Amino acid sequence: MRQIAFYGKGGIGKSTTSQNTLAAMAEKGQRIMIVGCDPKADSTRLMLHSKAQTTILHLAAERGAVEDLELDEVLLTGYRGVKCVESGGPEPGVGCAGRGIITAINFLEEEGAYEDLDFVSYDVLGDVVCGGFAMPIREGKAQEIYIVVSGEMMAMYAANNIARGVLKYAHSGGVRLGGLICNSRNTDREIELIEALAAKLNTQMLHFVPRDNVVQHAELRRMTVNEYAPNSNQAQEYAQLADKIINNKNLTIPTPISMDELEELLIEFGILDGDEEYQKALEADKLATAAV
Amino acid sequence: MATLEDKKALIQEVLDAYPEKAAKLRSKHLDVKEEGASDCGVKSNKKSVPGVMTTRGCAYAGAKGVVWGPVKDMIHLSHGPVGCGYYSWSGRRNYYIGTTGVDTFGTMQFTSDFQERDIVFGGDKKLDKLIDELEILFPLSQGTTIESECPVGLIGDDIEAVARKKAKEYGKPVVPVRCEGFRGVSQSLGHHIANDTVRDWVLPKADEYRKLPEGYEPGPYDVNIIGDYNIGGDAWPSRLLLEEIGLRVICQFSGDGTFNEVVMTPLAKLNLIHCYRSMNYICRFMEEKYGIGWLEYNFFGPTQIAKSLRKIAAQFDETIQAKAEEVIAKYQPRMDAIVEKYRPRLEGKKVMMMVGGLRPRHVVPAFKDLGMDVIGTGYEFGHGDDYKRTAEYVDDGTIIYDDVSGYEFEEFAKQLKPDLIASGIKEKYVFQKMALPFRQMHSWDYSGPYHGYDGFEVFARDMDLAINNPTWSLIKAPWA
Repeated sequence: MRQIAFYGKGGIGKSTTSQNTLAAMAEKGQRIMIVGCDPKADSTRLMLHSKAQTTILHLAAERGAVEDLELDEVLLTGYRGVKCVESGGPEPGVGCAGRGIITAINFLEEEGAYEDLDFVSYDVLGDVVCGGFAMPIREGKAQEIYIVVSGEMMAMYAANNIARGVLKYAHSGGVRLGGLICNSRNTDREIELIEALAAKLNTQMLHFVPRDNVVQHAELRRMTVNEYAPNSNQAQEYAQLADKIINNKNLTIPTPISMDELEELLIEFGILDGDEEYQKALEADKLATAAV
Repeated sequence: MATLEDKKALIQEVLDAYPEKAAKLRSKHLDVKEEGASDCGVKSNKKSVPGVMTTRGCAYAGAKGVVWGPVKDMIHLSHGPVGCGYYSWSGRRNYYIGTTGVDTFGTMQFTSDFQERDIVFGGDKKLDKLIDELEILFPLSQGTTIESECPVGLIGDDIEAVARKKAKEYGKPVVPVRCEGFRGVSQSLGHHIANDTVRDWVLPKADEYRKLPEGYEPGPYDVNIIGDYNIGGDAWPSRLLLEEIGLRVICQFSGDGTFNEVVMTPLAKLNLIHCYRSMNYICRFMEEKYGIGWLEYNFFGPTQIAKSLRKIAAQFDETIQAKAEEVIAKYQPRMDAIVEKYRPRLEGKKVMMMVGGLRPRHVVPAFKDLGMDVIGTGYEFGHGDDYKRTAEYVDDGTIIYDDVSGYEFEEFAKQLKPDLIASGIKEKYVFQKMALPFRQMHSWDYSGPYHGYDGFEVFARDMDLAINNPTWSLIKAPWA
């Protein structure tokens, strides 16, 4: 059994990309469980064709403790037999969502949810903000991390941060970076940029997922592309990504870069301006104000 | 071990066992009181060195165990997982008068008993419900304080909002005390935090909460006893003494005190403060806000009692001053008799002390009254102002150790060969196994009171019992 996790900036399309890819992996005969680690609990909706499934922590809160739950109450089977579970968490601004993830994963382990599987996939919210959200990359949990990224600056900042989190646990827990998945935003020279970033992080751009509206059309119907438009180009893209993950042998210890290095890279690709341009722009603004 | 140099050499020898960095850090906390020095030459109120045994507590201990805990008719809620409340349950022997479980709650333990669910989803709802339950079960309680434990601070619960809501619902004070144990370097910050909650949550509404008995008239001799926690009943002889010299004690804050006494404090003419370390903050605030002066006093041993009574009386008119002299004279024969009885048995005995934030200096004169010498002393959590005040209490050449580690304390004891160690429960059995007589100075070893003239009699007897116990002649100290 391989345990993988999808990380990336909030809103980058982690849940969409992961479910579409996992559906394609399931089609190839892989036995999969998705563990949603986001209080929003939207990591399994395309698999279950539902808004949001009942989460471990929601039920635990109702009953009193996780010990009062049975596994089959929270572990549902979705499209192509993919097992789906959501950790859930508190409403925004209350309690400790990070601790919630730890509680939920411990529950799943104790209840034997990890049996008879080829892949367990963790879908983790936004950034690694505290210890709880690093839970899936700590000892004995996810061994391969896939970072969903795009050619946008903040997405790359986040990717670099996540690489730092992976590095932190690489030596103690053996976690490795599996690669970057570029979920295209159609920015300039996006492939080259992400490939350059991947090289700096000592990893690979595993796949470039082009932008295609069929993803949104499928999502509207609470389906993966694999189910909604199996013959579309996009379905092929996810199938390719699925193959690459299944056959991925290039698991590395990342080499996160400094903020300065990252900015240099962005300047090189014209996403950020250098200091000179920055000064020029300020001067120009000044002149413009003076003229008025 | 006679000269200053010998003692400095001893400190150096003890430090030599540490790694370089630890030795450097600890060296600042150990010194010898030198002639003419205005302080004890040690740094204090700093983070303990990792890896050594320290006896310090945490902010929660300071707030719940010391300042708020003894307010007897309120419910003091240990908010968080069960351990903090359970293991601090009734540990400080704050005596009180009342019917426990009906109108007073001092020896009871209340906790919100956090479970995993409360961490993940936040504990505010549970807290809300808990206060409802307390109101049903204990309708005569005069309010609640919420002492937050570490996790509450980590998950960012809004206990202030709950406190405001429940206070409004029941018309009783609910005081949120943010005394998470990880804050600060010792329990000392907890005292400060608790004092600040009195300033921010109690005194602004004091007029509203206050219930004055019919016919209450403010008097010229109204005083408060501040910072006497009535350990083993200490506040009682203190109060009697003050009343005997003609003062009217209107509040005991907080030993054997009520919430109403807390809100009455601004009505007094003078705050008499016993434990400066834990309650100076609120005294300074009352001075600033209400113009109420404050005065430290020391009721350990006849010499200091007389000195303190005169100092207190000097704040009032001649009637009080005359009465103070009368009282001192009245008790003198009894004190002389006590000294006469015990001094021959205790003369020249050497004592090493290590207590919390006040007693390492305050008890010194009581030992001196019995002819004993304090050769080493130090605080768990004292600050610079405590060590300044200590300078006038101790003899030159006294070894001073701040936040002393288990190792240091043992080594000093081995070399200085005291006849008595006066410290806490954590030290007691270590030294007794070294065949050294020991008295607990936090809990009075389940004896007391030690304050006032009545207390001195108990104190003298206890020291004699410890030192002259025939048991010790049956055991040999390792170096003997």
